[in-house]
Amino acid sequence: MSVQEGLPLGEHPRATLRVHRADHLKVADMVEPGSKVLDVGCGEGDLMMLLESRGVDCRGIELSREGVNRCVSRGLAVVQGDADTDLDNYPADAFDYVILSQTLQATRQPRVVLENLLRIGRRAIVSFPNFGYINMRLQLLINGQMPRTENLPATWYDTPNIHFCTIKDFVVLCEEIGAKIERSVALDSYGRPLRLNAPWWFWNMFGEQGVFLLTRAHKKSPPERGEYVAP
Amino acid sequence: MMNIHPAKGPKAANGERLWEADHPTSLVAQFGADQPLRLDCGIDLSPFQIAYQTYGTLNADKSNAILVCHALTMDQHIANVHPITGKPGGWLTLVGPGKPIDTDRYFVICSNVIGSCMGSSGPASTNAVTGKVWGLDFPVITIPDMVRAQAMLIDRLGIDRLFCVVGGSMGGMQVLQWSVAYPERVFSAMPIACATRHSAQNIAFHELGRQAVMADPDWEHGRYVETGSHPHRGLAVARMAAHITYLSDAALHRKFGRRMQDRDLPTFSFDADFQVESYLRYQGSSFVERFDANSYLYLTRAMDYFDIAADHDGVLAAAFRGTKTRFCVVSFTSDWLFPTSESRAIVHALNAGGARVSFAEVETDKGHDAFLLDEPEFIDIARAFLHSAAVARGLPGAER
Repeated sequence: MSVQEGLPLGEHPRATLRVHRADHLKVADMVEPGSKVLDVGCGEGDLMMLLESRGVDCRGIELSREGVNRCVSRGLAVVQGDADTDLDNYPADAFDYVILSQTLQATRQPRVVLENLLRIGRRAIVSFPNFGYINMRLQLLINGQMPRTENLPATWYDTPNIHFCTIKDFVVLCEEIGAKIERSVALDSYGRPLRLNAPWWFWNMFGEQGVFLLTRAHKKSPPERGEYVAP
Repeated sequence: MMNIHPAKGPKAANGERLWEADHPTSLVAQFGADQPLRLDCGIDLSPFQIAYQTYGTLNADKSNAILVCHALTMDQHIANVHPITGKPGGWLTLVGPGKPIDTDRYFVICSNVIGSCMGSSGPASTNAVTGKVWGLDFPVITIPDMVRAQAMLIDRLGIDRLFCVVGGSMGGMQVLQWSVAYPERVFSAMPIACATRHSAQNIAFHELGRQAVMADPDWEHGRYVETGSHPHRGLAVARMAAHITYLSDAALHRKFGRRMQDRDLPTFSFDADFQVESYLRYQGSSFVERFDANSYLYLTRAMDYFDIAADHDGVLAAAFRGTKTRFCVVSFTSDWLFPTSESRAIVHALNAGGARVSFAEVETDKGHDAFLLDEPEFIDIARAFLHSAAVARGLPGAER
């Protein structure tokens, strides 16, 4: 019996169909079974459901009341909270992984949030929309308007996303805060991974989103590409 | 004078209420001289008794017991007709067959807290040594004292570990105290609309209520039972003030607005012209029929003294460090007595302590009382939390 089937309440359509988002599957593949995970900005708990079905001990933080209540009524351990203010309350090394899925761009202080992720968790998994994506660039260049895509449909005046970055920007930030990139992947608009041996500029141009597995590093080191490289 | 006399008249109500204090219409556990209750004030209370109700059936390995902790002026009659008021139990939205606290699956226990007046030892009970009603001679009790007494009852029932401890308001304080004092005996916990300490504003409201009781000449310095009276006016005023804190501006406006009571024009007097006045007077007068004035002093005092962090060198997180208990903390948007910030403080401490915790704030305009009202979102959360805990506990019948 799956975790989803065990729930007594009206299942969420996405849960019953069990069609998982491409970036969720990619993130879940980076998590070792049996580990303890904090999902920051967990939404309605889809990624947590996926991880718990793989035997991962999951906790979540979500800003929206609707999201939290949906998660709790799915039996997930989720608290209402804000990535910008509530991560300070967690002790260091409390989790094996802290996940920030499509949320970094909506935080007020992405750098502080990222540093907090790496304090609370031994590893951080961050996925974010790439503003350097060709489709974004062309909309701004040709239409002269702020880009909107299927995954980011909000207009500039009602978007919660206040800190967009490109894959290149993110890599620079990782270097600045001394985060080591253990693994990284860029996904196209269908959620398919781009070629691992492609150059950075290719990922930055054709990746719709980036998914990064980070660890703490004591000193600055050049970013690693592709699959996990033992230190 | 205000028109808030109890319907049955103070004398008749006194008799029924005093009878319940010693001879509860429920189960009762007696604790003799060999089992004193050690109180925080340093006194050993002995003998004493705990009145309690149970619903459902305890399973063979005694793993399906849920302890419900009642709030300030409620009692053990959570899911049956009340012996004094004749009204249905106050927890029927949550407790019963097929309800979130499903009496077909769980064994539900609710005991009257000590210090109360519905059959557990308190100021309205008879002191076995003197043969007289305790009154103010009853020692001042605390929330930890209440929980210690409950633990003795749970021992008596042969239950080692509770599947869940649930409660709102003062009941929520007991839930937190249970999880701190007996972490290994609490598999899961639902503290609702509560706090780890009573705020200055809440202590102030309680002091207002106590002063109203003590200002009533019928209080007789707490010896009203001996003189055959009851400070029903003072207690009613205390209840009226407290009742306002259980509601919200929006709820009062929605229910009553500025509507007049059985009249179209103001009477230019101090009658209950407004519906909200009439409602409050009714709340006051019906309360004094069932509740003992001295118990009200004792229980409000117990809440005032509550402060978990103070018992752990001021560090709240230290109280929960390493706990294995699964928590579900719930608050309500319009609750200004125990606002969401109080629940958030609990959650921060639990997170810092590494606990498995869910926290939801339910949107409602019904104020503090929302936890016992029909709030579908809250009821869904309670049901799902208990279900997932039941699965984790491996309770039979959980996989339906």
